[in-house]
Amino acid sequence: MLSEASFARLPEGKKLLRGIREMELPGPVCLMEVCGTHTMAIAKAGLRQLLPEGVELRSGPGCPVCVTPAGVMDGVLALSETPGLILTTYGDLMRVPGSTPGDDLQRRRATGADVRWVYSPMDALELAQAEPDKQVVFLGVGFETTAPGTALAVLEAQRRGIKNFSLLCLLKRTEPALRALIARPDFRVNGFLCPGHVAAITGAEAFRFLPEEYGLPAVVSGFETGDLLAAVYALLAQIRDGAPRLENEYTRVVSPQGNPAALALMEQVLEPVDSVWRGLGEIPDSGLGLRKEFRAFDAADRFSFSPGQRVENTGCCCGAIICGQLNPQDCPLFGTACQPEHPVGPCMVSSEGACAAAYKYQGVEL
Amino acid sequence: MCLAIPMRLMEIDGNDAVAEVDGVRRKIRVDFIKEPKVGDYVIAHAGFAIERLQEQQALDNLEAIREVADAL
Ligand code: SF4
Ligand code: SF4
Repeated sequence: MLSEASFARLPEGKKLLRGIREMELPGPVCLMEVCGTHTMAIAKAGLRQLLPEGVELRSGPGCPVCVTPAGVMDGVLALSETPGLILTTYGDLMRVPGSTPGDDLQRRRATGADVRWVYSPMDALELAQAEPDKQVVFLGVGFETTAPGTALAVLEAQRRGIKNFSLLCLLKRTEPALRALIARPDFRVNGFLCPGHVAAITGAEAFRFLPEEYGLPAVVSGFETGDLLAAVYALLAQIRDGAPRLENEYTRVVSPQGNPAALALMEQVLEPVDSVWRGLGEIPDSGLGLRKEFRAFDAADRFSFSPGQRVENTGCCCGAIICGQLNPQDCPLFGTACQPEHPVGPCMVSSEGACAAAYKYQGVEL
Repeated sequence: MCLAIPMRLMEIDGNDAVAEVDGVRRKIRVDFIKEPKVGDYVIAHAGFAIERLQEQQALDNLEAIREVADAL
């Protein structure tokens, strides 16, 4: 698509950047992005380094891998040892450790657990069909972007009568997490770069609560460098003018009301449940679980899944990073004990975790 | 896994489709796209097309950005 390239190499990029740098702001500004793909795109574009002094860009709870707590990973690791069970997962989860350093799905697989990497929940469903004598569990992490496809896999399992398929539903919702973050006494973010692909499903309107209830500027943004520059400019202009509102920079994908077919499917299969986040703790209604009619496909019921209560004791600061309190470079393990080849925490594992992005594109500041 | 990228629909068979980006082809589902057509660009994520890319909106958006930038 021609226009996609135009956003990547926006001819107006330089002007926007100058506008950003010369903007007269009422004081220091901290913007937050809440999407792993934004984290990565920002790091790749080197945007943080281009911003003027007094304008900071932090990563929030935007990566579903990073926000999954260690105790849940402990439960997942234990589940993987169930005889006759194939655990299927997105690649990102393979190396997320539980509360014991170095204990991850990759290691469990090396010692005999049947753990397989899939690209889509539909792959897991097909595997279940091909291996009727095994139990196939899909680890369903993700936000609203991922939830409709996950829901569809369950619906298809029901339609096709694939009884050996089940879902460990670890899906999360964006809005309750943002509200929990804003409610923290140490919250000091002045505006949100809203996640374009979450908004593709939920609609841009799902972020209207930010300006209307909290007086916080909110701009839904795409993922090309031009998108990011336009969105950061728009956020700063709102802050300069003291006029917080909702703007949609990513209109080529995001409509005000979202994707009705995807939303209807989520509604049919899933319902809000309380959920625990790394760094943020338990937040009411911040997760998605299977509705009663689909409980037969709930791996948590089928295998009496119980997340452990233990927290990581590794010195990893991912929790604080997810909440925007710290930057990756503030972690004493960053780049030393913790590197992509031997990650200590999830933010270094997942390709778009804040630490991995910072490591890959900025190197280590010594 | 959250990575979502623009892909072009090359073949469609009911809710199954083949999409392409940079010469790489993948099977994706198009259940969430209203009346998908070969040649459409979609945002693909974890095996599903989550939305269609609207060329006209893209052009309008570029125009809007241009206006902002030109006023600087
Ligand atoms: S690292 Fe993986 S799970 Fe986390 S935001 Fe990126 S793609 Fe999503
Ligand atoms: S650098 Fe490693 S240990 Fe430190 S917060 Fe990031 S992932 Fe955790």
